[in-house]
Amino acid sequence: MNRDVIVIGGGTAGMEAAGQLAKAECKVTLIEKEEEAGGHVRNWCHLFPDRRNSADVVKYLSDLINQKNITFLKGTSVESINKSKKKFHIKTNRGHEMLSDAVVIATGFDLFKSEKKEEYGYGIYNNVITSADLEAMFRSGDLRKQNGEIPGRIGFVHCVGSRDEKSGNLYCSKLCCVTAVKQAIEIREHLPESKVFCFYMDMRMGGAHYEELYMQSQEKYAVNFIRGKVSEVGESINNGLIVKVEDTLAGRPLKMELDMLVLMAGMEMAEGGRKIAGMSGLNTGENRFFAAADNHFGSNISNIKGIFYAGTCTAPMNITETISHARASVTEVMDYLKESNI
Amino acid sequence: MNIEGKRHIWSDYQKEIADDHFFYVRSCIRQSFFPGSEQFFLNLMRNILGKDVYENPGHTTCTGIGYHSDIVPSATIMTVIARHFALMKESGYKNIAISCVTSFGLYTEILDTWKHFPEQLEKTREYLFKATGREFDIPENVAHSSDIIYKFKDLIAQKAKNLLINKITGEPLKIVEHIGCHYAKMFPKSGVGGAEFPHVLSGMIEAWGGNVVDYPERRHCCGFGFRQYLVQANRGYSVSNTAKKFSSMKPFKPDMVLTNCPGCTMFMDKWQYTIKEMEGTSFGDKGESIPVLTYEELAGLVLGYNPWDLGLQYHMVQSEPLLKKLGIEYDNADKFKTKDGKQMPIPQNLINS
Repeated sequence: MNRDVIVIGGGTAGMEAAGQLAKAECKVTLIEKEEEAGGHVRNWCHLFPDRRNSADVVKYLSDLINQKNITFLKGTSVESINKSKKKFHIKTNRGHEMLSDAVVIATGFDLFKSEKKEEYGYGIYNNVITSADLEAMFRSGDLRKQNGEIPGRIGFVHCVGSRDEKSGNLYCSKLCCVTAVKQAIEIREHLPESKVFCFYMDMRMGGAHYEELYMQSQEKYAVNFIRGKVSEVGESINNGLIVKVEDTLAGRPLKMELDMLVLMAGMEMAEGGRKIAGMSGLNTGENRFFAAADNHFGSNISNIKGIFYAGTCTAPMNITETISHARASVTEVMDYLKESNI
Repeated sequence: MNIEGKRHIWSDYQKEIADDHFFYVRSCIRQSFFPGSEQFFLNLMRNILGKDVYENPGHTTCTGIGYHSDIVPSATIMTVIARHFALMKESGYKNIAISCVTSFGLYTEILDTWKHFPEQLEKTREYLFKATGREFDIPENVAHSSDIIYKFKDLIAQKAKNLLINKITGEPLKIVEHIGCHYAKMFPKSGVGGAEFPHVLSGMIEAWGGNVVDYPERRHCCGFGFRQYLVQANRGYSVSNTAKKFSSMKPFKPDMVLTNCPGCTMFMDKWQYTIKEMEGTSFGDKGESIPVLTYEELAGLVLGYNPWDLGLQYHMVQSEPLLKKLGIEYDNADKFKTKDGKQMPIPQNLINS
């Protein structure tokens, strides 16, 4: 078989799909808007639940796309997708014009812009950061407040831009709870003298080994879990963060001063995915992610024959699920090429 | 604190504010407790900025306090407000300027209700016509009077005689801004700068040379909260809210508080006296209390007007410490005299005086 397949998006899903398609002897063009492949995982330090170094995953994916059947176009975004008979005609911002027999959309997700939750003061109060900012600190090995001091009391706000009607995101981003647990443990390891508080609505520990990690965070690392939503953040005269939260288990409001507050930003349909949906006629759901043809047995299939989905462009997923979903998309592509006699 | 972050938010909440030809509706509370504010607003708009502002003698209360006390039903308040719109239409105006934050919140809420439930609008038209024979149009522009001063803040700065600088230290004055809850907390898009970090008053402070104090209980209620005060048994709760707010701002040593809501001005002013009487506590620097001014009063001071013509003497917390910092000359002998020079009774127990 020697068929042309274009994969849009060079993150985990796109790299996995491209690699598996190439193994199946398709000629693959992998298009990535950034200068480097790898997506969000490149920015992470360690991964839940086993604290694997994210560089391992990036290396696995990079090795996978290092095949002769794959052309990698970096710094490139898609300008138009048109279907004529069985061929897809794709133009890019860098003047490429390509024909392909099938397309895999793997545009992934964007992190929710935490400044939209104005009451938390991201971008205003210096020591309010996001989970991604914290990962960058872990990568640098330097966990400090903006003034260079070591933080002593650190809080995590769960569900920032997830399960939040005001943000327009009713869905659960699924990964933030376990990420907060993992990051809370890492803070306690980096700074054994610190106190860590997680403000949560529900702890959604629905993955393999998540619950164990959650128990470990409490028993071994003494992370405090407070069930309640943060209502607002202010700054004291010493630049401490004054956090107001309702402790719904104790049944009372709580006000505490923290040195650092980490916002667990949720996942949203990527801007790049939205543009592609707009230009191609691909259906999106109420949650703005791409809408799969069937929730149970068609989660890789789009409303346009020959275009398939891989990974978090359809819903929040962890890396394990993303890789599985990307592999499933390859099965769908191969079936389509075969059934269509391409 | 990153001011750029605030500017980013403010840029998302810029509302359209009319430039001229306003139909002005007064506030019940402000006319009674801070009468110089509305008087100076009209003077500023008409005589200093050269704008057309019209007041109709047939304008009444919006019944907001009754509405929030559950004694005025929504159909009634909608009809009362519709009547104000009818007066505006009959007077040939399309831009409404609202002095009271409670009224502003209600006008905003009712216009939004009519937008989402047009049958309510039709019913209100019917009620008003049956009761008065009047008809009304929806205003083209709805602004709180603090929005309007915000719009012209730079023009005021150009004409300033007293910038908000402490003449003794040469430093900018430290000013707490307090926004009425009903200004933007219900409809963030209706307020300049939104609900979380409103810019309507902080913009004035910056333009006139002061520094805005951001303190932990900045968003906390002034203590009015309608039924916290209106139900007599709850008044302790009202006072404790005010005490919590002032305790939070105290370490920042603010020189004054600037407000845009009649209830906030009244309670942040008068409860300071009450708390001092109850506990002997004051919240300003050197044992003084913190003057609480309206934006019109502050604009008047900036423009060099006599503090007693602006009505500052009618506050419970007197403004002398602030006037000294601003380097404004005043004569206490004139403080409680009428326009024609007659001596009025002098209130006892004024603080800061």
